[in-house]
Amino acid sequence: MSLPEPYRLFFYLFGTMAFVGLNAAYLVWVERKAAARFQRRPGPTEVGPAGLLQPIADAIKLLSKQLLVPPEADRTLFRLAPVLVMAPALMCLSTLPYSERLGARDLNLGLVLVFAFGSINVMAIMLGGWASRNKYAIISAARIVSQNVAYEIPMLLTVITLLMITGTMNLREIVEQQAGGFWNWNICKLTANPLMPVTFVIFFICLLAETNRAPFDMAEAESELVAGAFTEYAGMGFGVFFMAEYANILVGCSLATILFFGGWQSPIGVLPGHLWFLVKLYALIFTVVWVRWTFPRTQFYRLLNLSWTVLIPVSLGTLVLTSAMLKLF
Amino acid sequence: MIRALRDLLTGFGSLLTGMRITLQQFFKPPVTVHYPHEALKMPKRYRGHILLVRDPETGKSVCIACKACEKACPSDCIVVEGIKREGDKKKSVTDFKLDFTKCSLCGSCVEVCPVDALEFSKAYNLASTSKEAFYQIDLVKRVEARDP
Repeated sequence: MSLPEPYRLFFYLFGTMAFVGLNAAYLVWVERKAAARFQRRPGPTEVGPAGLLQPIADAIKLLSKQLLVPPEADRTLFRLAPVLVMAPALMCLSTLPYSERLGARDLNLGLVLVFAFGSINVMAIMLGGWASRNKYAIISAARIVSQNVAYEIPMLLTVITLLMITGTMNLREIVEQQAGGFWNWNICKLTANPLMPVTFVIFFICLLAETNRAPFDMAEAESELVAGAFTEYAGMGFGVFFMAEYANILVGCSLATILFFGGWQSPIGVLPGHLWFLVKLYALIFTVVWVRWTFPRTQFYRLLNLSWTVLIPVSLGTLVLTSAMLKLF
Repeated sequence: MIRALRDLLTGFGSLLTGMRITLQQFFKPPVTVHYPHEALKMPKRYRGHILLVRDPETGKSVCIACKACEKACPSDCIVVEGIKREGDKKKSVTDFKLDFTKCSLCGSCVEVCPVDALEFSKAYNLASTSKEAFYQIDLVKRVEARDP
C-alpha cells in the first residue's frame, strides 16, 4: 500500500511525534519505576494507578512555569538549543523501518542520515551550555564535545564492521538480510566475524556514551556540575532537553535493534513484525536503564581512557578481523 | 598484550556480575515502608512528648499533683496544679500544662514520678501551623478525652 505524498507526510509527522512524545513521557515513568525496583522501593504511586499519570502531571507543571532566559545569555542560541536537540531525533526516526510495511522513508543512505542527525544532538547541547553563560554549563559543554568525539569513533568503526557484512546502508535491506530465525541476526553471524557479540557490546557502550546516559553522564554530573548544560534552563526548556534524552535513547535502541537484532524479524516465526520490533526495542531500553542503576558515574579521564585505550583498539581489531574473514571465506 | 586482554575480560566479567546482582534485586519485593499509607510502629522505648497515664477504672489520671516532675524538669516546661477532693485520700490533678517548645525530652519527669503517672507518647510526626499548638499542651484534657 503506497499512500499519496501529502498523506504520507501527515502520517509521518503525526505518527512520529506521537510515538516520540509518548515514549519520552512514559520512558521517564519506566525509568523511575525501574530505578525504584532496582533499589527495592515502590517508585511513583500517587498520581493515577501505579503513578501512571505522573509524566502528565510533570509535563503540566513544567508547561506552567515561566520561561527564563538568564541576563547576558545569548538569547537566540539559548532558546534554539532545546529545539535542536529534539528535532534530529525526530528526523532520525523517519528512516527507521518498524515492520515490513511501516516506515516513513526508505532511504538508500538511511544509516548515514541517522548518524548525521544523531551528531547534531551533541552540537545542540554544546550550544545550550555555551549560550547559558554559566561556568558549569560551559564545562559541561566542553566535556560533552570531547566525550562524543571520543565515542563517535568506536561507534562508527563497529558500524563499518557491520556495513562490510551487509554491503548496504539501507536500513530496510539490512533487516531483510537478517530474515528467518535468530541465528540469522547480525549479532549471531559468527561466520562473518566470530567477534560479533563484542562488536555489539562496543556499539552499546558507545550508544550509552552518545546519549549521555549513566555511567557516562559527564555532561550533567550533578555532584560536580549542578545540572551541566541544563543548569540555566527552566520550565519547558528543560522539559524538552529531558524528552530529547529519551527520544535519543529511543533512536539509539531502535538502531541497535535494526543493526544487530534483526529489526522486525521474528526469532521463532510467530506474532507480527512490529510487535517483535517493539519487544526488542524495549528490552534494549530496559538494559539502558538497568546499566544506569547498576554502575556509578566514571571519572572523566577514565571515560576518555576507556574509549582511546580499549574501545577503539578492540573495534579496530574486529574491523580487521571482519575484513580478513570476508576476504578469506 | 595478553595481560591487557585478560584485564579487559575480568573487568567486563565484573560488570556483568554487578548487573546480575541488580537484576536479582529487581525481582525482590520493596523493603521500604510506604509512609503516609503505612507507618512503622514506634519502638517501646521511643520518647515522644509526655502524657499522663490513664487509670483504666476511673478514666482519669493517676497523678497525685505532688509537683515532683515540676521540680525535676530542667527546662521548666511543666506546670502542675491539684486539689484534695472530699473523701479522697490523695490529691488529684486539676491542671497539667506542658510547654513542648522548651521540652528537651530528657525524661526526668517520668523517672521522678512516685506513682508512675507519666509516660512517653509515641507521636513522632507532630506538626502545626502555629506555636500555640505546642506552647501549652493541656495533658489533663488529653487524658480525659482519650478513649480507654
